[in-house]
Amino acid sequence: MTIQFNNETFRDDYSFRNSDWAIKRFPFPFHEDSYMYSVNMEQHRGGPEGSVYEKRFDVDEHYLSEMQDRAIVLAEDPLRCQSLPHMTLAGWDTLELIMVSKSEDYPELFELHRDGNRWRWVNKPMKIDHTFTFLDETTLPCGPLEYITRQTQGDFAVLDQRDEMLWMDAGMVTTQADWSLDFDIGMNFFEWHAPVPLAHEMGIFKRALKFLLNVQQGAPARRLNWTMTVNPLLDTSPENYHKWGIQKTTLTPENIGAKQHLRVELQTFFRLPRSNALLFPIRCYLIAFQDIVTVPKWGRRLHRVVRDLPEELATYKGFIANRPVMLDYLSQYDDGLPTSPGVWPDLETEPPLAK
Amino acid sequence: MSKFQFPESIASRPVYGTLEPRPGKAHLMIADAEGAEAILELASQDAALMAKTHIIYIPKGTDFSEKLRALKPAQFYEGPSYDASVQRIQKVLGDAHMGLQVYLAGTEGLMGQAMNEAVSAGIPASAIQTEHRGSVARRMQCVHCKGITEDVVTDPFVCSHCGLNLFVRDHYSRRLAAFQGVCIDAEDPGNVPEPVELYK
Repeated sequence: MTIQFNNETFRDDYSFRNSDWAIKRFPFPFHEDSYMYSVNMEQHRGGPEGSVYEKRFDVDEHYLSEMQDRAIVLAEDPLRCQSLPHMTLAGWDTLELIMVSKSEDYPELFELHRDGNRWRWVNKPMKIDHTFTFLDETTLPCGPLEYITRQTQGDFAVLDQRDEMLWMDAGMVTTQADWSLDFDIGMNFFEWHAPVPLAHEMGIFKRALKFLLNVQQGAPARRLNWTMTVNPLLDTSPENYHKWGIQKTTLTPENIGAKQHLRVELQTFFRLPRSNALLFPIRCYLIAFQDIVTVPKWGRRLHRVVRDLPEELATYKGFIANRPVMLDYLSQYDDGLPTSPGVWPDLETEPPLAK
Repeated sequence: MSKFQFPESIASRPVYGTLEPRPGKAHLMIADAEGAEAILELASQDAALMAKTHIIYIPKGTDFSEKLRALKPAQFYEGPSYDASVQRIQKVLGDAHMGLQVYLAGTEGLMGQAMNEAVSAGIPASAIQTEHRGSVARRMQCVHCKGITEDVVTDPFVCSHCGLNLFVRDHYSRRLAAFQGVCIDAEDPGNVPEPVELYK
């Protein structure tokens, strides 16, 4: 199908909307009626047709607007994209991986023509037609990582691997769930996760690290993570928290369906061929509560997950104060019927709301 | 008593030890305030050490300088502040030969910044020792304006650059040698709890 790109905003008037197509393919993160941390990794080798898992780098109706939002963030704060000096090669690896993947997966939108190191990249939605020399930085308007991630949805952390450890040594981070690349750059895997509660004690990070150190070329992996965001705000950065934090207090029983969004990260992991770095794209999908509950199974389940989440997690994810008003709203969509296993909407087989 | 037992902490925070004399033909000791006491104890363990030692010391209002001078180090420098001393530190590290032993003592801010200089000069981590002494004040970076506020002893505190009320997030960046300060009243402007002393 041809994607119709939305013209929408993720700030100020918040005109962001999900089409019916986007709602049905939303990466709902709860495979059962409760949630706890886990190293929920699986292979990233496609998925059901039309799902966000199908392509290596999913392109959807929000593409152009997300790229405009990223440009605004970078103009205000160039420190959102940084690369330590030894990471330039990993930046080229990233550029190659994304250009090759997108041109193969979306030939109607992207083209890559290679003649030795002379490359021509065509990005039709963004109206870019650019010829450059691979591995020659002087032929790009900015570094390779910044160049390609200004054209690709999602945040990107580029992790160097040495001493049996991963190091956050480069990144493009403008749609983050409250962490700062500028603060965390140069940290190792345990250090940058230091503020996360419970998971260290559960051994989550040790197991995750062991897995990630062994991700091989051509065998990428993926997992989902989630949090909550009031208004479809992509840039929930700590840098701007003193500006957006106040928005969390604007929820009312009347506006919560439209204002409260479930924020899901599709995290993928790719081994890069020349640098042996690990590319860690963190793709953010937003959906309003009023859109989630149009899928009966998701409405039932979201109510149960939010209701039963341990207090520490609700605090860490930043919605402890809003949990009562969220539950008042969501309980209207939970009739107590059982839900089918797995994340899929199951619209044909799950019963409609019985209340 | 200048020693302080830090509580069990997060993974991003450095762990400090106790200085011990190591073999080596050159030694660089950088300390501030009560960090001098760690150097005095070090000197008492190895009489030959000081003849090969360069001490860079920032008193911060304390009076240990004469005691350090009395150790007769090969070189002694007293700086009025860390910032005033940093060029000398860079020069000494740049001129250093293989095998230099580095000893850092005093506040977290001093050790963190000097550690960065040593590491970027190529000194291996295994040749750098640290010992915390004196104030438990933290060096804080405001995550909003990026300004550094030195010697923060309360939580919350006011950013010395942008004036926001910040709480001390238990997250430490070695690159910045600073903890992270985050706006405490973003969701309820003006509702700022009374500052309490750190670790109290």
